Amino acid sequence: MSIFVDESTKVVVQGIGSQGTFHALRNQAYGTKVVAGTHPKKGGTVWEPLGVPVYATVREAVEQAGANTSMVMVPAPFTKAAILEAYEAGIQTIVTITEGVPVHDMTEVYDTVVRRGGVRLIGPNCPGLISPGKANVGIIPADITMPGKVGLVSRSGTLTYQIMHELAQAGIGISTCVGIGGDPVIGTQFLDVIQAFAADPDTEAIAFVGEIGGSEEQLAGAWIRDNIPDTPVVGYIAGFEAPEGKQMGHAGAIVKEGGPGGESAAEKKEILEGYGIAVAMNPSEAAQLMIQRLS
Amino acid sequence: MDLVEFQGKQLFGRNGVPVPPAGSVCRTVDEIVAAATSQLAGGASAVVVKAQVKTGGRGKAGGVKLATSVEQAREHAESILGLDIKGHVVQVVYVEPASDIVEEYYLSVMHDRVSKGHLVICSREGGVDIEEVNRTNPDAVVKRLLTSAEVADGLPLDTATAIVTDANLPDEVLASAAQLLVALFGAYRAEDATLAEINPLIRRPDDSVIALDAKVSLDGNAAFRHDGYAEWKIDGLDADDPLEAEAKAKGIQYVKLDGSVGVLGNGAGLVMATLDVVAQNGGRAANFLDVGGGASADAMAESLGLVLRDPAVRSVLVNIFGGITRGEEVANGVVEATNRLGDFPQKLVVRLDGTNAEEGRRILEAANLPNVVAAATMQEAAATAVQFAG
Repeated sequence: MSIFVDESTKVVVQGIGSQGTFHALRNQAYGTKVVAGTHPKKGGTVWEPLGVPVYATVREAVEQAGANTSMVMVPAPFTKAAILEAYEAGIQTIVTITEGVPVHDMTEVYDTVVRRGGVRLIGPNCPGLISPGKANVGIIPADITMPGKVGLVSRSGTLTYQIMHELAQAGIGISTCVGIGGDPVIGTQFLDVIQAFAADPDTEAIAFVGEIGGSEEQLAGAWIRDNIPDTPVVGYIAGFEAPEGKQMGHAGAIVKEGGPGGESAAEKKEILEGYGIAVAMNPSEAAQLMIQRLS
Repeated sequence: MDLVEFQGKQLFGRNGVPVPPAGSVCRTVDEIVAAATSQLAGGASAVVVKAQVKTGGRGKAGGVKLATSVEQAREHAESILGLDIKGHVVQVVYVEPASDIVEEYYLSVMHDRVSKGHLVICSREGGVDIEEVNRTNPDAVVKRLLTSAEVADGLPLDTATAIVTDANLPDEVLASAAQLLVALFGAYRAEDATLAEINPLIRRPDDSVIALDAKVSLDGNAAFRHDGYAEWKIDGLDADDPLEAEAKAKGIQYVKLDGSVGVLGNGAGLVMATLDVVAQNGGRAANFLDVGGGASADAMAESLGLVLRDPAVRSVLVNIFGGITRGEEVANGVVEATNRLGDFPQKLVVRLDGTNAEEGRRILEAANLPNVVAAATMQEAAATAVQFAG
């Protein structure tokens, strides 16, 4: 098994420009069922490189092509409308790659789509997710990993790739890797993914990569201690050297000056270790810790 | 992006949040004296000379002073201009007619990351550090979380009234405080703010309430629908490092730090991790720089050039994980970028990992660049770069 995406995933891509086409082609080449693209003015045409239909709306892609998952790649100013459209069309899993979406837009989207709608929204500002051998939805490079038993969840794309790659070199594959994104408001939190991994019979160990800012890692850590204390879990928090008050690339990666506390890497590490979770000092060490736990 | 007080008051004013009569924005002692002279002549009993810096604690640091005469205003001007407040040197001062204060309260609206909603905080105890009040007398602080659905058409007046009533504001001011809160929420929403804070919110002798201070943070991601926030960008307010300003103009994610190892990599998380590994190897990073996904030759040359212009940089660690962009493309980008930059004294340690990394490292070695060293792991690369930095 795996979580969130698998063989039954049928993707409609919202945003079929050069980036959307590039990544959708890669997803398709990996074996992901990309069934349609949407474009308000190109409905009724064929999305040439992929050989799948273009519809004017997501609803048509659901009704006519059986789409159950959406990949949102439209520019930030249109992202709120795109996600709401997918939600209203009955899409159950919405993967939003776009970065730079305003906080107020995402707050409204979260309330409608996740809190009240109960739909799985991943991102924004994320690399997407991959269940190796089954489906790859987003921009994760698929050829650096393989099917296996480790569930991986991260706020950072490249750090995730680094860990997947090091695990693969040690012969360790993954069940699903979920990039949840680096924004302050994201649809799926660490805890959501870890709970899904805990319920997945094929995920036997969990690696998670957090960052400075917010407190989602601690929430996940407390849940792990209380519910799955015997599952091997390894973490890393990026940003031990990040100064207070400076945003480090990701919109959500900032330790607020005079903020609520618990936002720095050192504080998060200490809290997580208090929950009995091994926290590495860098991504390679995290991969090594996981390799040790599994050998 | 953070606004200073006078900008926050402008933003409040145009959204119907009552503020004191407009003051003057000054950059010199003469301007401050002229503003004070005119405001005192215009009927103000006193003027307040206020440092405009993007940090808290101005009052304690001596950056806010009351003057009842022009001479006093001049003294304050001389002491406040150039004052260093937590690393922010005061270049801009706001001179405002003093307000008559009966009582001071606290009121704010902010985005709440934990609940993914909006948080309104109100307290009868204002003019002091609200965190401190929260610690010592939590009952005096009212916090109300609001979901988007609850405020779909703005903050309802009855919700606002309930909040200021719960905070025990006096009966005489409840109506005007509730109206002000509705307007404050409107400003927060319309201007894409993540924080709109009034401390203190003051009660005047006529029982009206106004915002005596204003602290506003705007969401950088929403700049596209506010003309890039161009109206708020004025000289002397940003204590930005010149390289940070240049990077911002070029759309490069760059943060100046205080070490000597220049760092660039692809992906915010990977770059943060690189800073960590440099420190674990006994060095300090000179900067954070994310070149982004593609790591093309253009992006590499632009980014590398920026890092090398920092005089504190003694060596550079380029940390790239080849994902969709393959190792050989990255290596070619590095070669082209260094060729384009010409001579530079610092050593460059390039760590390439991921897809086709070995091929990339071979390309780097074959190019035989005099000051480029290839490394296979992050640890090795960091150790080497720290060594070169001396």
